[in-house]
Amino acid sequence: MIGDFDFDVIRRSAQFVLVDGLGFTLKLTAMAAPLGLLLGTILALMRLSGSRPLGLLATGYVNLMRALPFLLVIFWFYFLMPYIGQWLTNAAQPVKVGAFTSSLVTFVLFEAAFYAEIMRAGIQSVSPGQTAAATALGLTRAQTLAHVVLPQAVRNMAPVLLTQTIILFQDTSLVYVLSITDLLGAASKVAQRDGRLVEMYLFAAVVYFAISFAASRVVRGLEGRFAVVR
Amino acid sequence: MNYHWNWRIFFELSPDAQGTYFDMLLRGARWTIATALLSFLIAFLLGSVIGVLRTLPSRWARGVGQAWVELLRNVPLLVQMFLWYFVLPELLPKAWGTWLKQLPNAPFVTAVVCLGFFTSARIAEQVRAGIGSLPRGQLQAATALGLGTAQSYAHVLLPQAYRIILPTLTSEFLNNLKNTSVGLTIGLVELTAAARAMQEFSFQVFEAFTAATLIYLAINLAATGLARVVEHRYPTPTALKAAQ
Repeated sequence: MIGDFDFDVIRRSAQFVLVDGLGFTLKLTAMAAPLGLLLGTILALMRLSGSRPLGLLATGYVNLMRALPFLLVIFWFYFLMPYIGQWLTNAAQPVKVGAFTSSLVTFVLFEAAFYAEIMRAGIQSVSPGQTAAATALGLTRAQTLAHVVLPQAVRNMAPVLLTQTIILFQDTSLVYVLSITDLLGAASKVAQRDGRLVEMYLFAAVVYFAISFAASRVVRGLEGRFAVVR
Repeated sequence: MNYHWNWRIFFELSPDAQGTYFDMLLRGARWTIATALLSFLIAFLLGSVIGVLRTLPSRWARGVGQAWVELLRNVPLLVQMFLWYFVLPELLPKAWGTWLKQLPNAPFVTAVVCLGFFTSARIAEQVRAGIGSLPRGQLQAATALGLGTAQSYAHVLLPQAYRIILPTLTSEFLNNLKNTSVGLTIGLVELTAAARAMQEFSFQVFEAFTAATLIYLAINLAATGLARVVEHRYPTPTALKAAQ
């Protein structure tokens, strides 16, 4: 019951949960988001390149990732990665991959599929006149992309990209299934050690809520600023 | 790769003594489908109510709707699952808590309710957007005909809004289907958990995950195919005009 609520367990474990746990979660989010966006942009460019094999490859990848539950993908990569590591390094045995690397690679590869769809819409939202003008100015295709199309695409899609990053932040809680000490993992370890499930899970929920809510407010505020007046 | 493939593993008996590994995966798939359907039903009903609340003129109703959506959207699904499963029974009066904990198949019931609430926030946003996209004249005409607020929503606004948001509802159904896998953290043996169990018993990890992947893809295809048929059967006014 609520009368037995033990605030002290939160105070005692705050450092572990907020520094070790939340630190892992934020580090994973901060590294996976830009890498995922980079890979997603490459996938989007493949789909829009006009090359049939490249387009099919990217479409197949994006659709496969979007059709599967993230947990299944996490398990796939967790078990697959030692073998891929062995193949890459020519080792005799499957390579041991650390928890952070393993989850980072998984998140980058998975979230890239979602960033790809956003970037595809973003690139298509840039009017063809922009590319035509860039070509008329003598820019190469690569220069046109880097200096004209992509900056505008990112700007048009900034609120959606940031919202996707908040989703990524929340999704990192799923590394719990690999017994990793992220925010939820840390809370869960204390909860089970001290038999304080109510306090620790509510604490984790409040931290996730505060960060996601504040971030989504910021995104909403930015929406007006990023909007391009045409 | 020195992994030992053995595709015949599916026809071997699983240690849970309820048939082969293949049967085990199919049982998991059935739980996945059951969880997805039931939770989506809850999400659809709740989401419609909350979505309507957010379009009413009353500030109070809109506030409740908004609080609901913000609360459910800003806490990760896995954390919500733990709150329903581990925390809620402790916060209720003792007799209720005990009753909840002793429910037969508590993980299934909890996963259904949790997913239903979680997805309801998303559906509420879509219902709100769908109603918002209708011309104001629809509500005015309904009022002019003498319909009350409830009647206007039930007979005029909601049927049109549902048709407009059908494609996004379909993708929300698929999201909800994928999210059922989070139920494995509270002990629901759905498809992903069944594949995990098969991997633990047989060590044939990639066969198990390949089978699970194919079953998820098949369920996805079936659901999208069904949505196509419905969309085709009930075209939107704009689609009709385009066809003429």
